[in-house]
Parts: sequence; C-alpha cells; structure tokens
Amino acid sequence: MMAAIIFVVSVVTLLMFFVSYCRSLMVSSSHHTLSQEVRDVAGIPARVSGQDFTRVMQLLQLCPERPRDRTGLEAVGFYYAMLDLVQKSVARAVPSLHLWTEHERAGCANFAAVALDRRIAFSREILAQQGDF
Amino acid sequence: MPGPLASFIWYFGTALELGFVVCSIARKSFFRYLFLNLYFLLTVGSSLARHSFLIRFGKSSIEYHYAYFYTDALLTVALYVALTSLYSHVFGELRFTKYVRSCAVLLLVGTVLFSYAVVAQSEQRLATAFAYELSQNLYFVGLVLTYILWGAVLKLRETRTRLVQFILALGVYFSAYAASYSLVNLASKYSVVHALGPLVSCLLPLSWTITMWRHSEEARLVPAHLVAVPR
Repeated sequence: MMAAIIFVVSVVTLLMFFVSYCRSLMVSSSHHTLSQEVRDVAGIPARVSGQDFTRVMQLLQLCPERPRDRTGLEAVGFYYAMLDLVQKSVARAVPSLHLWTEHERAGCANFAAVALDRRIAFSREILAQQGDF
Repeated sequence: MPGPLASFIWYFGTALELGFVVCSIARKSFFRYLFLNLYFLLTVGSSLARHSFLIRFGKSSIEYHYAYFYTDALLTVALYVALTSLYSHVFGELRFTKYVRSCAVLLLVGTVLFSYAVVAQSEQRLATAFAYELSQNLYFVGLVLTYILWGAVLKLRETRTRLVQFILALGVYFSAYAASYSLVNLASKYSVVHALGPLVSCLLPLSWTITMWRHSEEARLVPAHLVAVPR
C-alpha cells in the first residue's frame, strides 16, 4: 500500500518537474524571431503550430548538426511525443487539456524551428569558411 | 559479471559523471558548484570500488553486496548534501544558510533513525537492509525537499538559468528514482523493473552536463513561465 502511494506521488512529481524542465529548455527560443527563409522552407505561416513539429524535425535531419542543440532537441522531442499521446487520448474528453497540449506542442515546434534557423546559419558559416580556402 | 547492456549503462553513466566535472572545470564553475562536483567525483570513485569488488569476488558474493549497498547509501547522503548546497544558493542572499544547514542535519539524523527503527525489527542481514532502507527513505525525503526548493524558487523569483535547471533536473531524478524503488517493491518479479534504476541514474549527470555546457552563469529566465499551469 505504502509503495503504491509513493509510486503515485513520484509519478505526479516526475511529470511536473519534467514539464517544467522541458519548458526551461524551450524558453530560450521563445524570444527568437524566425527568419522568412525558415518560414518559407518549413511552410510556417504567421504563427508556429503543433502540427509543424514533425515537418521541421524532418528538415532538421537534412542540415549538418550543431553539437550544442542535439540533446535539447531529444528532450523536447520526447516531450512532444508525450503531449501527442495525451492529445490523442485523454485530451479528447477534456477541452481545457486539449488547449493546453496544443499550446505546448506549438512551443515544441517553435523550439525546433529556431534550431532549424540556427542550423541553416551554421551551414552558411561552414560554407563561407570553405569558400575562403 | 553484469550483462553487456548493464555494463554499457554503467560505463556510460560513469563517463557522464566525469563529463560534468570536466565541463564545470572548463566553464570555471568547479568551486561555485563544489558539492555537485564532489558528488560526481564520489560516484566515479564508488564505481571504481564496485568494479574492483565485482572482479575480485563476483556478483553474488557477500563482499560485493556490502560494497554496493554501502557505497549506494554513501552516495545518497552525498546527493543530499549537494541538494542542501542548492538550498544555500537559493537562500544565500537571505542569509538563511545557517538555518538551512541545521535543518538539513536534523532531517538527515531523523531519516537515519527512522530507517534503523524499520530494519531493527527484522533480523536478516541488518547491515545491508539498513543501507537499502536509508537510501530508499533519503530518496523520498530528497524528492520532498526538491519540491519545496522548487516552490521557493517560484516564490523568490529566482532567475539564474543554471540553478533553476539544476533543481528541475534533480526533481526529475529524485522522482524517477523514488518511482523505480517503489516499482521494485510492487513488481519485483519483472526483470525490466530492475533495469530502471541504472538507467535513471544516467539522467542526472546528463541533464546537469547539458546545463553546465549550454548556459553561462549570467544566463537568466523567468521561472513563472516554466510552471505547467500558470497561476
């Protein structure tokens, strides 16, 4: 009985800390203005939506990696998968939860779009350096 | 000897722990987060000690069992001290550090006495049972203390990105570990449950190294934006 209570409490706090941790990873990208080039390439209209995430992640795989954003992307990717699962199951019955998951998914997509923007700039830098030789 | 997957997780976790220390030296933050670094140095040392016991005596020997459970209890106490040092960082400017230390010592002594009282009733292998019970109870106390610390971060509007991410990662780690301990008690017949602990132990050095590497000491954020449901 005691183990079951500890398990439930631990899972609830785990979710709470994990959501906040992922948000702390994403918060740095929330003030970044996306370039028009990335918007055109990824087909992102005025605002990034949760549905853009998968497409942006596919585009990210085509660009050379920046070592700094690899681990953050993996954590946010896991968070997105978790949100996706909630949206397709429990959130269908709870409208407020549906709105919340959609808002969070859009945050994940924005984080990925900013990473794409930085990777494109990084690729340009590499090409420019190669051009100098 | 442990299987190839268990060995890989073990070596990977040790490499990450060393990675954090190297990263904090490279970022000139070793002494600022001294107790976090000491904790990881201790984990590397205990990994080496466990490995030598494993090679010399074998996995099922009593010597290895003692070495495993006692280093585990020692590491849990070291992590508890590291958590207390994070409290000192958050409350440092309010000059509550002295009270924080006194409360932490009292709570630690209370947990040790409680763990002893629980295992004293059973006569089987009192020493290893005590070490196991102490670790399990300290993980749960650590989880509660991290939750309180996170509440203090929100209340005091702490903005240091590194500190906030260290606390959140510690919260994830303590929660996951407490959940895995309780899962072992609930469903010990499933072997996958026993693999959760070592996997979870890689989370803390990984997330702390990412934080140390990505953010400078000057980086700031607004913690109110991190709460799942805005108040």
